[in-house]
Amino acid sequence: MSRPAEGIPEPRHRLGLAALAGRGAVGGGAADDDVTGHADVVLGFALAWAEAVAGTSYVSMSRSEVEQHLAGLTRQLVTALLAEPFDPAPAREVGAAMVAAHFTGTETLTRTVALLATDLPARLGLTGDACPGRERAVERVAAVQGALAGGYAEALRQRTLDEQEAISQAVFVARDQTEQALRASEARFRAVFAEAATGIGVGDVAGRILDANASLLDMMGYSLEELRQRNVRDFMHPEDAASVWRLYDELVQGQRDHFRVEKRFFRSDGEVIWTHLTTSLIRDDRGNPTYQVAMIEDVTDRHLLQERLRYQALHDPLTGLPNRALFLDRLSRAFETGGRDGRVGLCYLDLDGFKVINDSLGHDVGDQLLVAVGQRLDACVSAPGRLVARIGGDEFIILVERSGSTQDVVTIADHVLAALEAPIRVGEHELAVSASIGLVERPVQGTTPADVMRDADITLYWAKSDGKAKWALFDPERNAREVARFTLSATMPAAIERGEFYLDYQPLVRLSDGQLVGAEALVRWRHPEFGLLAPDRFIGLAEETGQIVPLGRWVLREACRQARLWQDRFGSRAPFISVNLAVRQSRDPGLVADVAKVLADTGVEATRLQLELTESAVMGTADEPLDALRALSAMGVRIAIDDFGTGYSNLAYLRHLPVHELKIAGSFVEGLRASAADGSHVVDARIVGTLVSLAHALGLGVTAEGVETEAQARRLDDIGCDSGQGWYFARPGPPDQINRLLS
Amino acid sequence: MTSVATGSRGLPEDVDLDRPSAARVHDYWLGGSHNFAVDRALAERAVRIVPELPAAMRATRAFLRRAVRYCLASGIRQFLDLGSGIPTVGNVHEVAQAVDPAARVVYVDSDPVAVSHSRVMLADVPGAEILHADLRDPERVLPSPEVTGLLDLDRPVAVLMVASLHFVPDSDDPVHVIGRYREAMAPGSHLVLSHLTGDSDNEAVGEQVSRVAALYASSAQRFTLRSRAEVTALLAGFELVDPGVTRLAEWRPDTPRTTDEHPRRDIGYAGVGRRV
Repeated sequence: MSRPAEGIPEPRHRLGLAALAGRGAVGGGAADDDVTGHADVVLGFALAWAEAVAGTSYVSMSRSEVEQHLAGLTRQLVTALLAEPFDPAPAREVGAAMVAAHFTGTETLTRTVALLATDLPARLGLTGDACPGRERAVERVAAVQGALAGGYAEALRQRTLDEQEAISQAVFVARDQTEQALRASEARFRAVFAEAATGIGVGDVAGRILDANASLLDMMGYSLEELRQRNVRDFMHPEDAASVWRLYDELVQGQRDHFRVEKRFFRSDGEVIWTHLTTSLIRDDRGNPTYQVAMIEDVTDRHLLQERLRYQALHDPLTGLPNRALFLDRLSRAFETGGRDGRVGLCYLDLDGFKVINDSLGHDVGDQLLVAVGQRLDACVSAPGRLVARIGGDEFIILVERSGSTQDVVTIADHVLAALEAPIRVGEHELAVSASIGLVERPVQGTTPADVMRDADITLYWAKSDGKAKWALFDPERNAREVARFTLSATMPAAIERGEFYLDYQPLVRLSDGQLVGAEALVRWRHPEFGLLAPDRFIGLAEETGQIVPLGRWVLREACRQARLWQDRFGSRAPFISVNLAVRQSRDPGLVADVAKVLADTGVEATRLQLELTESAVMGTADEPLDALRALSAMGVRIAIDDFGTGYSNLAYLRHLPVHELKIAGSFVEGLRASAADGSHVVDARIVGTLVSLAHALGLGVTAEGVETEAQARRLDDIGCDSGQGWYFARPGPPDQINRLLS
Repeated sequence: MTSVATGSRGLPEDVDLDRPSAARVHDYWLGGSHNFAVDRALAERAVRIVPELPAAMRATRAFLRRAVRYCLASGIRQFLDLGSGIPTVGNVHEVAQAVDPAARVVYVDSDPVAVSHSRVMLADVPGAEILHADLRDPERVLPSPEVTGLLDLDRPVAVLMVASLHFVPDSDDPVHVIGRYREAMAPGSHLVLSHLTGDSDNEAVGEQVSRVAALYASSAQRFTLRSRAEVTALLAGFELVDPGVTRLAEWRPDTPRTTDEHPRRDIGYAGVGRRV
């Protein structure tokens, strides 16, 4: 607390209660009661004071607390006013106490001083010249007012200074703490930058490199100083995708905020590194591009691994040659880049007899042989635009990406066959190998990789069937025939179901009286694509594929159905039906049952059915077919030998066979047609005559095929031949033709 | 008073003396000198628009004192003062410890200067701590060492949000924030809340207060005035203590005359809710 203005310490005087008492303003009493004697004054003034200052300052007290507090201060003021000798110093303390209680509002002081001038002296009776001591009352009041104001001002000034000091100190501390936090934060970020395993570089938007972390320096092989002298654009790599630098330009111009690319960099030592690059744009507060931050991850190892995996994926591990996948890729590319005039050639080769080597000498030897063959092929063929690939097992393929002509691939094939002539030494074995090669060479226009591959495969098959160590060139006509055959055999089962087959009938005529006695059923195929097909186009094929069995079964049933119609219509004059039986059918275990069932189903008498077999089907076969023929014969079915005389029949054996009829091949009958000048018809006539005699000796009937003229018919009749068949009588035709002939 | 304690990028926010601080403006209105020219300039401009602002601040402090005493009378001895601002006369611990020296108070503010100052003021005060945090972040406030070390949340506590929620805009979901504190408060706890309002019988006053709110928009803190209904909604989930949500001076005045203050027009609401 500040001292009184005079600055001289004075003993605190007790209140001059006697004086007060003598003036009767307040109740008198002992020295201890001097203020107590003014209790009413104190209370009254405190209430007035509280009322006067209410709301002028914020104090943390309720109204009654304010009144109590001010009562205490009033007591001090009364003491000061009445002290003897007069000493206003306690009033200073009152001023200070008001500030301490936060009566800091300016209005509070104004009202307090005013109240002090008027209200309190009046309550104490200190008016006018009334003078408790040497001083006049007004002087005392003024002095007390002054002391209170002085104490108040002093305390408020001090409080203000203290608070300003405190808040400034608080700001200082808060700033210091914030700065510490910022420093710590910056240190953290700095550590992230410095220690990151990812390379980080900072540059301005002009591309000047400003900073780089250790990882980036290490990755690029430059010092920071060296890097700072370079521009981002100096790191352009010739293989960069065009998009990389377009994205970069957009970034530094503020059109994008970041981009991510794969990019190659040259290290300071010239080595290439592969990276994932992410570049971000940093803008200032107003959004203007300011810096760029590049984060660069070195993925060279990963890239090399991918390259190796890619190599492995595209190469044959045994021979190291390109594999099927790479070959197909290059083949497709040859088609894509071939343009309008480009030609492509393939040599598809396969080792002859490789399986034997593998099986007899073991897989190790086989593998080494393949390696050696691969090396020879590679040595004699590989050149730019030519690719040797191993595409499986012992199959290799040579791609000629820009073939000039077919001669190119033929030359290569010859070279390859020559290169494989010298034996190959594998361990202790000297192995002679050869290869078959299928060649395809053609313009890329109008064909596809798949077509070329398929044709090469087919051609290799042809070369194989032609014998060892040969090449074959793809032949589109041969291929077309084979394709047609294949198509026919593939569509035959469905064709039977769809009713694409039908039967024609050719009359068999008794030569003695010209009477129609039988009809041979001949199958036809009305093919939706190839048109009407004669049996020679598909019967052989059907025999190969086994389709002959169901087809033959259909023919038999259909022929018998027709025979039944004739049987019903013409009775005893009805012709027997003659149906051809293929070799394979004759050996079908179900044959007898099939025939029996068809006869039963159609109601045709067994004696009206004749089955025609070739010599080879009947002769020199095992017993089982004969058993079947015997069974059929026993049922009453007639058995005829077709085209008799063309095979090598064991004539002696004939007598043991269940045969009823011989059909003499048309080639013999042809000789009977004209009076040939060379006299060959005489020989033929004798042969036919001998055959007829032989047959009749064995109790067999004879039918001559291919009868085309009346002369032939007459001679055959003269010879004693029983029946004839041929265009002279009738061509094969629909059932109506038979009907007309009989009617 | 609240402000974000950290910047949007997680970096510490600088102490910016070029911008006024709500805490220091309040101090000025309360007759304190813990303020700078920039604070006083804003305070004076605001007073020119709404002359009763200093009175409203005094009324708020008086409500705080009465509410703390009410809580003490209800047996509560621990206080969590959210948005405590610059310590001034009649701080919560002074009011509380005058009744029971064992009373404990945790002050929370996000203004680094206010916190720094509070730390000095409280250095030698037992049972009182200051936490630098944003009241909108209960997940940080409630488990803090200051709170867990000084307060026992299994026992009733008075949570004070006095003149602080008008700095929490609706976009920060004050109802949810209060709800998080409510969940942490034991039954028998109280929420003490005061809030400036633009509600007024006099339309001009409402408009003027709104202008002050706009003034604040350029300062460190945004200002959201709420109606009586909105203030009442903030107390949802609490049982309102009589007389409910009232004008500041009308909440349990010391004397029927409310002679403490003489605001011509009262521009704040007060309310106390009890956690059942």
